[in-house]
Amino acid sequence: MAEKIPAIGASQFKLLEKLCNAISVSGDEGEVRKIVLEEVKPYAESVKVDALGNVLVTKNGKGAERVRVMLDAHMDEIGFMLVNDEGEGQFRFELVGGIDIRSLPGKQVLVGHSKVPGMIGARPIHFTTPEERTKKIPLDTLRIDVGQASASKVKAGDRASYATQFRRVGGNIFAKSIDDRIGVATLIELLKFAPENVDLCLSFSVQEEIGLRGAKVAAYHFNPDVAIAVDSTPANDLPVHDGSENTFYNTKLGFGPAIYTFDGGTLNDPRLIRFLAETAEQAGIPYQYRQPGSGGTDAGAIHRTREGIPSISVSVPHRYTHTAISLSRVDDWKNTLALLYQALNRMTPALLAGERM
Amino acid sequence: MPDITPFLKSMLSVSGLSANEGPIASVIEEKWRPLVDELTTSRIGSLHGLKRGSNSHTDKRRALMIAAHMDAIGLMVTQIVDGFLYVTQVGGVDSRILPGTPVTVHATGGGEIEELYAVVAQPPARALPASVGENPVGLDDLLVDAGLTGKEADAKIRIGDLISFATQPVEMAGDLISGHTLDNRASVAALTVALEELQGKAHAWDVWAVATVQEENILGGAYTSAFDLQPDIAVAVDVTFAKGPGASDWRTFPLGKGPTIGFGPNMHPHLFKKFKQLADELEIPYAEEVVPRHSGTDTYAIQVTAQGIPSMVIGVPLRYMHTPVEVVSLKDIQRTGRLLAGFVTALEADFLEKLTWDE
Repeated sequence: MAEKIPAIGASQFKLLEKLCNAISVSGDEGEVRKIVLEEVKPYAESVKVDALGNVLVTKNGKGAERVRVMLDAHMDEIGFMLVNDEGEGQFRFELVGGIDIRSLPGKQVLVGHSKVPGMIGARPIHFTTPEERTKKIPLDTLRIDVGQASASKVKAGDRASYATQFRRVGGNIFAKSIDDRIGVATLIELLKFAPENVDLCLSFSVQEEIGLRGAKVAAYHFNPDVAIAVDSTPANDLPVHDGSENTFYNTKLGFGPAIYTFDGGTLNDPRLIRFLAETAEQAGIPYQYRQPGSGGTDAGAIHRTREGIPSISVSVPHRYTHTAISLSRVDDWKNTLALLYQALNRMTPALLAGERM
Repeated sequence: MPDITPFLKSMLSVSGLSANEGPIASVIEEKWRPLVDELTTSRIGSLHGLKRGSNSHTDKRRALMIAAHMDAIGLMVTQIVDGFLYVTQVGGVDSRILPGTPVTVHATGGGEIEELYAVVAQPPARALPASVGENPVGLDDLLVDAGLTGKEADAKIRIGDLISFATQPVEMAGDLISGHTLDNRASVAALTVALEELQGKAHAWDVWAVATVQEENILGGAYTSAFDLQPDIAVAVDVTFAKGPGASDWRTFPLGKGPTIGFGPNMHPHLFKKFKQLADELEIPYAEEVVPRHSGTDTYAIQVTAQGIPSMVIGVPLRYMHTPVEVVSLKDIQRTGRLLAGFVTALEADFLEKLTWDE
């Protein structure tokens, strides 16, 4: 008999590891899609892969007073596309998604579906001048180097991502693509424990990192009453250089799921903000508000779909966004899963019939 | 020919920052012990392996020293703030390769050394001085994050604790290997290949295989081991620059096309000729590496030790030097080892008398 409340144990960590190590750069989400399809099939009522490659899953509840809830997590990750073969196994590449090029030199990558190892190197320090070292290494001078013998195994158009392997160290997770594989893993767990008061619509979305494109059509397809984007958001909770208080931290690790109020793409529905905070308070789950500011999630596309869909985002915080290695706390993931589970259980049509203020 | 890759990989999996070469020294010691007649450690930690020569014509056998430094570049903790570590460099590190790099903090706060997985963090713009802007973040502003709370970090970590690179080595097609610290573990591997080649072979001269310490900072091992052993001739094996992105001028050499044979003021011209001749005879491909001044290797120190020692440099081409993704050719390592072994067996008992300045 299945447990009644979703929990995070060995099999959930194993799934998250598999998801984080998979490579699914925006537009080429096949590897994660395959994992998701395998995981959801035993629990779903319907599973569909749509025109863009989104995996759309439903599981309907029972009874008359049901709420149609869409949960979204994006499958894609930031990465690279090879754009030109420069000979001898050296390839020019372009960025897919928002990447600070200052994080590129000195990293291992894996190229293409056969995962050919490649290196983003740098000019030896011995050849550089102090002046040169004060300047960014321009993208057009960087190469992905697979070595001459592998040159024929990759080609322009192939995607690449960091070769970072998932590690769980104590209460910490170090991995690439925690954004948003941790959301994908969370949705898979919620599907297993879908309560009967909701018609659950899950969108494992493509192309979030290049313009929230998958979620837009997924929301149109589902036409839900309410939507929650489950994502991962930066924790910029690092010390400030001059020792002053860090007041622009966005979120902090270890402070629980981050509830959004306002971001670059969404003015979150006040009823949903209140509902999630109250749910957390009542269930004794730690939570934090993501500081209002730029950035965003698939909610930015979902809430403007059709006649408008009341939307909100909940994120697991992570440090070092869109770099080779991000860092999250296991407890934040557990509490995010717990909050979403409680929220689904407490959801009634009355929630959306209430006043917006 | 035995495959040197497993040994090379085992060397890449242990640390050994300059002046803290203990972990790497024990790995090399274990490998060399059956390959040499005597194995000792110098007063500052260099490893001295003696393989005795067979010449019985003179009271004192001549001695050749082949040196490869075993120390690694890395970082060191300078300050602990709210669980985050400020760091400085040990050896030459371009801080532009650091953000997002996995590292191991060798934490000493708990008595025993605890290895903590961590990542080099580029703080968000608003935590940095406004002057940084879009420019690279200098070493003084980068942080290392092991995911510890302030309390945990204060208990586990001390100022001065070492931080080594943790990027995993990876084999690439075409007999290439990539990883950190291939400078200079690739050369230690080449020297080990030479020792293996010499097993059961007669050579007139004594051979000192030396894994030196503290090359990356002060050539500390080279000065002291050369003084200690007072060899008649010395050869340093070190990595040199392979051609690649950002490295294409006269200082660079093709990857996988053989070792380089050094020419310049740090090298004795007769040894240069001898090595070239030998490489031709053994059909080992090579490139001549001209070095107008400081060779940037242990030879710079060895040459001027005691009364002066005729010296030579053999280079193993390596791409992306001093980054965690250095690339080297396993074939070049084997060729370098064969060339060194060939030199040892080619040394006649009276070679030193023939070593001249042919003006």
